[in-house]
Amino acid sequence: MERLHFATVGSVDDGKSTLIGRLLYDSKSIFEDQLEHIEAVSKRRGDDYVDLSLLTDGLRAEREQGITIDVAYRYFATPKRSFIIADCPGHIQYTRNMITGASNADLAIVLVDARTGVVEQTRRHSLLVSLLGVPHLVICVNKMDLVEYDQAIFDKIREEFETFASRLDLHDVTFLPISALAGDNVVSRSANMSWFEGPTLLHHLENIYIASDDNRIDTRFPVQYVIRPQRADTPDYRGYAGRVAGGMLRVGDDIMVLPSGLTSTITGIDSPNGPVEQAEPGQAVTVLLKDDLSITRGDMFCRPNNRPRTSQELEAMLCWMDDAAPLQLDKIYTIKHTTKLARGKVSNVLYRLDISNLHRETDIKELKFNEIGRVTIHTTSPLFFDDYHQNRTTGSFILVDESSGQTVAAGMLLSPRS
Amino acid sequence: MKSALRSLIDESVTIIREVAAEFERPAMLFSGGKDSVVMLHLAVRAFSPARVPFPVMHIDTGHNFAEVIEFRDRAVRDLDVQLIIGSVQASIDAGRMQDATGPRASRNPLQTVTLLDSIKEYKFDAVFGGARRDEERARAKERVYSHRDAFGQWDPKTQRPELWGIYNGRHKPGEHFRIFPISNWTELDIWQFVADYNIDLPSIYYAHRRQVFRRDNMWMAVSPFLQPEEGETVSEELVRFRTVGDATCTAAIESSAASIEQVIAETSVARITERGATRADDRISEAGMEDRKRTGYF
Ligand SMILES: Nc1nc2c(ncn2[C@@H]2O[C@H](COP(=O)(O)OP(=O)(O)OP(=O)(O)O)[C@@H](O)[C@H]2O)c(=O)[nH]1
Ligand SMILES: [Mg+2]
Repeated sequence: MERLHFATVGSVDDGKSTLIGRLLYDSKSIFEDQLEHIEAVSKRRGDDYVDLSLLTDGLRAEREQGITIDVAYRYFATPKRSFIIADCPGHIQYTRNMITGASNADLAIVLVDARTGVVEQTRRHSLLVSLLGVPHLVICVNKMDLVEYDQAIFDKIREEFETFASRLDLHDVTFLPISALAGDNVVSRSANMSWFEGPTLLHHLENIYIASDDNRIDTRFPVQYVIRPQRADTPDYRGYAGRVAGGMLRVGDDIMVLPSGLTSTITGIDSPNGPVEQAEPGQAVTVLLKDDLSITRGDMFCRPNNRPRTSQELEAMLCWMDDAAPLQLDKIYTIKHTTKLARGKVSNVLYRLDISNLHRETDIKELKFNEIGRVTIHTTSPLFFDDYHQNRTTGSFILVDESSGQTVAAGMLLSPRS
Repeated sequence: MKSALRSLIDESVTIIREVAAEFERPAMLFSGGKDSVVMLHLAVRAFSPARVPFPVMHIDTGHNFAEVIEFRDRAVRDLDVQLIIGSVQASIDAGRMQDATGPRASRNPLQTVTLLDSIKEYKFDAVFGGARRDEERARAKERVYSHRDAFGQWDPKTQRPELWGIYNGRHKPGEHFRIFPISNWTELDIWQFVADYNIDLPSIYYAHRRQVFRRDNMWMAVSPFLQPEEGETVSEELVRFRTVGDATCTAAIESSAASIEQVIAETSVARITERGATRADDRISEAGMEDRKRTGYF
């Protein structure tokens, strides 16, 4: 069965966790002991109703503060589809955890409180979702029960969002009026909003066509690990293990190894299920070559006539995620890109994005916590990469602070502006 | 179209290889329970035809189901891996801690000390665990690469961002990582894998007759380590185990599922989570698992 990976995003308290709870509850995906547990906790706290957000807000600190701090992953299935949910935090302090949850999503649900409409965190999360290239978006205007299920309010927020989003790179956007608390339009149609003719959220999630965003054209295989058995029964085995990042690998294909530029032919592909004739993006395999070349982790296989860009000068959108220190120009960071570790420094901030209006602010010398900007990076050794829009794997990287060990930035590689 | 199980296998194999490539001394926790068995089989497939390039480690409370220990020893022989045993009894004998006493004593929490001591003794910098996010609400929050400070502690409030499939295992000397390659698997995925790949499991996962008694609404097995208290009556029931852990705090469920197919059928309609149905230790408090994880538990 196909699995849809989605994330809930949007501002703090707009109802993300409650919505997930409602979705699980109404689709009968909650186990009895989990329900008993949240009933008991709600009762102990003196709530009037069962607080469904407790299903995902599982940490002590989250329950004390009544907010989500880190992503919770939940799994559920209906007869039509199975789902991985990443319930993300809305609070600005925890934006990096939201990025964590959204980075692998096929779809993002953006919650908007019907009473407040689009606020700064709605814009920030929508921008991040667009930068991360999440292909599908559902804007849920939530808490419709608190605005008398008024269509005019829904229409106004929809317009507000569309005005802002016209400057974002978003393709498939759907709007739904819901009440996560009362359940309107989540799993069952709302009797309170007969004016709304669209599907319920669950119906939409079950039926939306998810085009794979795998790049099946440009063959890319970052070498992760060299397998040399040193066993009597397989004396000459030398395999290159990794996960296909793009294109297809087939037995008999000619490949080129970067950075050496040497070429060879694939003589075999081993998968976790034994030998296969070909491998597609996402598959973890071990590739055998005709020639005995010197190949190590961090090298990349491609086709001789279709190579990734190779450079020590990179241009990228960078999300700064470190609350301890801002991005410092000319400071050395470790870069992890596919299976390769390099070192590098940010040589220039070309511009910083103003979250409220997406204006580009120039003359910037640093990026602070939660700021997003376009930068140039100089690395100590060449990377083999593609534009993030062509390939989410070879187009992404993280920066690691060498003294704290923290992951301080997420980067999406882009073609230099002409 | 890629099946969900196949994507899970690809993801897990990739994580296991990444750790083998990046860390100096990894080890894989192996209890003989179904999750660790599946994880070990994934490791075997990740490096085939080479041997698994790290040892497996069992933190042994000494309070085991005999079938599981017998299975453990057979599995490491068949899969050609090296087994290290961290013994809770040895930690007690060495005066590292006191044995649990009293009528409802369990050595389950004592495992943390032995685990952390073993990690230090063997200088492991990465320890694979077979925890799944669908098991429990604190685990649902944990990263695949989960950082542990020099005291072995987890701090859920300062987890590193973890984007795409890029993992950051940088750490200072004395710190280590817990690695959870099957984070995204559900109980049903585990059983599907067991079925598709014909994986051998300890016999107690399938229905059998056993001497049990009722405690806290659960069926506890009579063993040298666990005896009924006054008022608890022993009977023989048809049961199986949904999880396998320390014999003093792992309960059996009533079941007639004797084959993999029957277990899958039963699991797909289960109304209670596997830990809720079988773990006395999870009933401690609202945040029992989180608290134990913070101090270094699996
Ligand atoms: N009236 C009403 N209240 C709602 C609705 N949805 C959520 N709430 C309430 O809004 C508050 C916040 O809900 P949460 O689900 O915790 O919000 P969240 O978006 O997950 O918040 P963070 O994760 O901390 O960003 C709670 O008190 C909910 O009961 C709704 O549809 N109607
Ligand atoms: Mg929340």
